[in-house]
Amino acid sequence: MALQVAITGLKSQSGSQLGLSMARLFASAAASPSIKVEVMPYKVHRIEAPSNVVETNVEELTNFYKLMYKMRRMEIAADMMYKAKFIRGFCHLYDGQEAVLTGIEAAITLKDSIITSYRDHCQHVSRGGSIVSLMAELMGKQEGATKGLGGSMHIYNRKNNFYGGNGIVGAQIPLGAGIALAHKYKGEPHVCITMYGDGAANQGQKYEALNMAGLWNLPAIFVCENNHYGMGTAEWRAAKSPNFYTRGDYIPGIKVDGMDVLAVKNAVAFAKAYALANGPIVMEMDTYRYHGHSMSDPGSTYRTRDEINAMRTERDPIERVKRLLLNNGVDPADLKKIDKEVKKEVDDAVEQAKQGQIPPLHWLWRNMYAEPLGAGMRGVLPAEYHVPAFDPTYKS
Amino acid sequence: MLPCLGPGAQPNLQRLISAVQTTFAARLSSLSGAALVQADAATPALPGHTRLNLCNAVNDALKIALESNDRTYVFGEDVSFGGVFRCTVGLLERFGKERVFNTPLSEQGIVGFGIGLATAGHTAVAEIQFADYIFPAFDQLVNEAAKYRYRSGGHFHCGGLTVRAPCGAVGHGGHYHSQSPESFFTHVPGLRVVMPSSPAEAKGLLLASIRSPDPVVFFEPKMMYRTAVEDVPEGDYMLPLGVARLVAEGSDITLVGWGQQVLVLQQAAQLLAGEGVSCEVIDLRTLAPWDVESVCASVSKTGRLVVSHEAPVTGGFGAEVAATVAQRCFTRLESPPLRVCGADTPFPLVFEPLYLPGVARVADAVRQALDF
Repeated sequence: MALQVAITGLKSQSGSQLGLSMARLFASAAASPSIKVEVMPYKVHRIEAPSNVVETNVEELTNFYKLMYKMRRMEIAADMMYKAKFIRGFCHLYDGQEAVLTGIEAAITLKDSIITSYRDHCQHVSRGGSIVSLMAELMGKQEGATKGLGGSMHIYNRKNNFYGGNGIVGAQIPLGAGIALAHKYKGEPHVCITMYGDGAANQGQKYEALNMAGLWNLPAIFVCENNHYGMGTAEWRAAKSPNFYTRGDYIPGIKVDGMDVLAVKNAVAFAKAYALANGPIVMEMDTYRYHGHSMSDPGSTYRTRDEINAMRTERDPIERVKRLLLNNGVDPADLKKIDKEVKKEVDDAVEQAKQGQIPPLHWLWRNMYAEPLGAGMRGVLPAEYHVPAFDPTYKS
Repeated sequence: MLPCLGPGAQPNLQRLISAVQTTFAARLSSLSGAALVQADAATPALPGHTRLNLCNAVNDALKIALESNDRTYVFGEDVSFGGVFRCTVGLLERFGKERVFNTPLSEQGIVGFGIGLATAGHTAVAEIQFADYIFPAFDQLVNEAAKYRYRSGGHFHCGGLTVRAPCGAVGHGGHYHSQSPESFFTHVPGLRVVMPSSPAEAKGLLLASIRSPDPVVFFEPKMMYRTAVEDVPEGDYMLPLGVARLVAEGSDITLVGWGQQVLVLQQAAQLLAGEGVSCEVIDLRTLAPWDVESVCASVSKTGRLVVSHEAPVTGGFGAEVAATVAQRCFTRLESPPLRVCGADTPFPLVFEPLYLPGVARVADAVRQALDF
């Protein structure tokens, strides 16, 4: 069924309907596996635009497809688990925005750092985390990425330089500048990708961070994921200038079709080279979230269903890659096979996560300070207090 | 309407005036060299010690921190020029602009930047020029720094972060250059809050703070930068965080304070010694976590407590000390724990002596406790 839609979608878009973002193919029939794709031209601010012809191949596209579809299924599973009350509290879903992260990861390495806001499920997986540990974290189980102590908004991966989900809108932005300085000081050829939304783009501390990063030429890439709604407020209602790529003023900016993984990959590779040589750069990813801001937001009170449906049919990042693959001779059955495998992987992970354990109670105090510092927990009996055991074998 | 002045009911006017006069005198005397942390200029420094004021002691500590770890940075508004208080003089020349640098006037950005740097495994010593300016960075400290280890299940922490901020009354600072905001931060599990009371203390505590595996907010009583001078041990040493200092032994009452208020308590103890009252003076040094055991052991011995700080009395850290002592030492108490603190007003300009909990008010409170 999905395949059918994709095919008709492709047919209907084969004309000018996709406009500038239409992905046209060159040289795909040649013996070389390299595929050249024209992406939507970049809009730029105080910088020369990179070429909008992106090279790729079937293998890379297949990997993109797999990763993005995995992200999509994960978020749909999280939605279902939330509605079934296996996940409680706050939960912000990434579906619709998959191409942004996938494109970023394609252009950087795990030695580059990423720090983001609370919409952080997919970063965990793109940075090498398992779906089981994600699902377990969402359910507050000790098998989770943060041992069940962080939850949806707080997922991290020290080994692979994922500085995590941060709960306060925009508060991760100056941190990203600091992380970038650490890279620079160590003389590493790495950048820090700081992700934030169009809502956070109006925060004062963003400008403090941009100023410092600019002053000190830090290898920092500030990625504004413009999904057009800061919570329930449309960008134009919240920002005098919603051209977020220009809002760095003296810092160059580039606006990218964030629904096109190839456009993102190409632009981030360009930005990384620029940032390492010159200093910070702002990227605005024009993207869209299908879900509401969080689980308490149905996502339909401040925008129309037609708008959401139009996005899904015209600009969906996964469908776009699927079309490219099919146009390059990939057997639809192969994609179906991937779909099936991913779906099974996610479903299995959910089931496995459900079997996880609730963290022991004395973890209430763990990680507050490096040492327990005299923490005490009231027991069941009156006046019964326990000093929590701080297991020295606990690995952070 | 006069501001409320701490313990007891409305003071009558005469008492108030005399309190103000005594406080003024005490303040002036501490400025002119009678303070207890004031080394005698005629005698040479102790062997292995250098005579330093608190500002130079801080400078010395920063120098050692930068020397002993090449991933340590010192930054803040104007620090590369030496800072407004001259605490960072000479550091740029010695360690280079990569590690000692000026920041824009953006406190939230400075602290956020420092947290990022510390989280990446480096040691960040950020200066907020005045503690009064720390509030734009409040969110970063409370929500990012304090909770990084906790919310990441131990993946990350920003223990490498130390935020230095000069605090407290200085005689003429007015509303925005005199405040003591320590209690805002003691309310945040995950942060350590430190306030030294002398040059030697400042050096040892600052080095311990910089190397602490937890983020530290380090308040420096700015009046003592120049007025407090003592023989400070040379070289690298640390004083333990979370351990109080017994300043003077006594048997009748326990006086607890921190920062420059310890001097006021010492002066009050001297004054009261003349009346035959023996005061035990405790310098808390670290407010979060604070040394409950030492304070409670002392109060269990003396049976009385006066806790004193410059910050306004309501919601100040003195309330925490008083409440804990009331609970832990209830059967040993001879009188209710008393607080002698700043008034519940904004920090005033010309009324500063009226606002401050001076020697006379501390002595009054002690007499009140003894007469209970």
